[in-house]
Amino acid sequence: MPLPATQPNVRVVTLKIDDLDLSAREDETLIEVCRENKIPIPSLCHLDGLSVWGGCRLCVVELEGQNRLLAACSTRVAEGMRVHTNTERLQRYRRTLIELLFAERNHICSVCVSNGHCELQWLAQKCGVDHVRVPYRQQPYPVDSSHEMFRLDHNRCVLCTRCVRVCDEIEGAHTWDVMGRGSDCRVITDLARPWGESDTCTSCGKCVQVCPTGALVKQGTSVGEMVKDQHFLPILARRRHAR
Amino acid sequence: MSRTLTIEPVTRIEGHARITLQLGDGGEVEDAKFHLTQFRGFEKFCEGRPYREMPALTARTCGICPVSHLLASNKACDHLLSVSIPPTGEKLRRIMNLAQLVQSHALSFFHLSSPDLLLGWDADPASRNIFGVMRQDPALAKDGIRLRQIGQTIIEMLGGKKIHPTWVVPGGVNEPLSQEKRDAMLALLPEGLEIAKRTYAFFKALVPKFQDEANHFGNQPTMFLSLVTPQGNLEHYDGLFRLKDAQGRILEDMVPPEDYERLIGEAVEDFSYMKFPYYKPHGYPQGIYRVGPLARLNNANTCGTPYADVALAEFHMLQESGPIASSFHYHYARLVEIIFGLEMMERLLKDPTILDHRVRARARSNRYEGIGVSEAPRGTLIHHYRIDDEGLITWVNLIIATGHNNLAMNQAIRQVADAYVDGNDLKEGMLNRVEAVIRCFDPCLSCASHAFGQMPLHIELRDRSGQLVDTLSRS
Repeated sequence: MPLPATQPNVRVVTLKIDDLDLSAREDETLIEVCRENKIPIPSLCHLDGLSVWGGCRLCVVELEGQNRLLAACSTRVAEGMRVHTNTERLQRYRRTLIELLFAERNHICSVCVSNGHCELQWLAQKCGVDHVRVPYRQQPYPVDSSHEMFRLDHNRCVLCTRCVRVCDEIEGAHTWDVMGRGSDCRVITDLARPWGESDTCTSCGKCVQVCPTGALVKQGTSVGEMVKDQHFLPILARRRHAR
Repeated sequence: MSRTLTIEPVTRIEGHARITLQLGDGGEVEDAKFHLTQFRGFEKFCEGRPYREMPALTARTCGICPVSHLLASNKACDHLLSVSIPPTGEKLRRIMNLAQLVQSHALSFFHLSSPDLLLGWDADPASRNIFGVMRQDPALAKDGIRLRQIGQTIIEMLGGKKIHPTWVVPGGVNEPLSQEKRDAMLALLPEGLEIAKRTYAFFKALVPKFQDEANHFGNQPTMFLSLVTPQGNLEHYDGLFRLKDAQGRILEDMVPPEDYERLIGEAVEDFSYMKFPYYKPHGYPQGIYRVGPLARLNNANTCGTPYADVALAEFHMLQESGPIASSFHYHYARLVEIIFGLEMMERLLKDPTILDHRVRARARSNRYEGIGVSEAPRGTLIHHYRIDDEGLITWVNLIIATGHNNLAMNQAIRQVADAYVDGNDLKEGMLNRVEAVIRCFDPCLSCASHAFGQMPLHIELRDRSGQLVDTLSRS
């Protein structure tokens, strides 16, 4: 659900985030304003250069006057908003969300090729996840290693859909999509064919670079060796929008 | 009246085990068994994983000897890649393996076994531990801790961390050695060698006092299996199989590691989760053999380093002829290997090519089956994997160093129990000797199965009907 593109003439609004008086363009989202002003806000699905998904819910914030929590990535700023990004309630929710992600699939950091370079691991450390309080499902998920250059491990997927969006919006191939519901939900290539047999995949590797975990990795990497580089994304995204 | 005596858990070993002694009507030992009481299932849950994860996955088998698993697993992966790793990469792997040998042997000798040797078998269990050694002989305890620290520090300098480093990768290692690190490691070694030589001299003088234990602690005729260099010398990282019989005759020599299945079969008994490997041509259980420091020194022509070769010559003088049979002398062999490890590390670090930047061969999997064998501190370690077209594991077989000694350990506790245990007058010191013979082998049961903390020693004497006759507790 992409937000509409930036308009040339937009108004500026004033708002308060964590007791800081700020101004922002009215077409900006809360997460954009937070990041511009160095206010830390966790997120797994949001990535600068891709459309908004709002799926991970880690960027939830509290808005004064509303009991409902709002995802900062999909909420536009408004005049007079008073936002809190790091309350005790939010910390509790975020920690629980991360624990649920760890419990749902098999994220064994110590043997993962992304160990030390993983956004989920980093967020878990930031949010104080020293143990998981819900029982692990321990459901084994398959590994698709059919691609010549890359590998997909569903055990480490958090369904952020960054791969789906980058493939569709930046590469234009739309090789990736999502199928299934609930815990059976998983990302697929070309109507659930093995990745190595995909007719549409251009092997550009953008999906691998934007994946926040060790779900999409390069073949031939050993533990801790998969370092991702996402600098290309805002540059390509700006060039695409300029056209 | 027949009774069963249970020692559970066995203390000051790595892992969790139980010993049962079946006593006859007259209080004599009728049977003795060593039970491994936990199951882990690494071979099964690794299935479906990419083979490149195997080194890190299987290293989690153990926190004491993860480097051994890391190396054997990476060698199996090298085999899958069908590559020869760059010579400097191999030398760096060797250094890490030797550093682990030093730290693990130091742990076994100083922390786990020296309390028995220094304080005596009948000493109060409350003080018969490394803290008791600290009180009795602080210099010895300090030496032990320092020696282990030296080994661990070298592992950390090479691999980034002391336990479960990931620096060794299929095809070599992922980072060359810097000059600063090389110099820092070289600076550690002279002190380590001094400690090793001092401890060796101390123990050599002590050995004659333990003649009775040497006669009864697993003093049994078995074969010995280890890797040796193509010249037949001491080897820990690579090499070829050599198997000697109890008389010292070479039964198998220069057997490539890939042919291990021709030599070794694995039997299963219902009283233990640990398998019972045996020498196939002799069948089960006649194919009993031992591995580890004792086997390696019995099989090697020479060590290849000056002090270790002198110590090896003295080691062979422990017995008039033939391979050294008593498992008590595992301790002696361990000290010889510590000296060897330190000397060999120094030699490798002074090699002018050790700072070479070409340390890794890159390739994809080029075969469906890979076998990696190395010498862990406790003996020969075998990793064997099969993969599918996509490089995912379809089958795993791990033969752990401790497992090779399973038959021998069972025989050894029977021998010690026969010699020392009197069911009519049960004393703690008797049972400690039964445990101590297991410590000679330095079993790593976390590797062979599972490690789950330490519990108090509890021994129960029961009659055939299960009635409790006597108990002995150590908390």
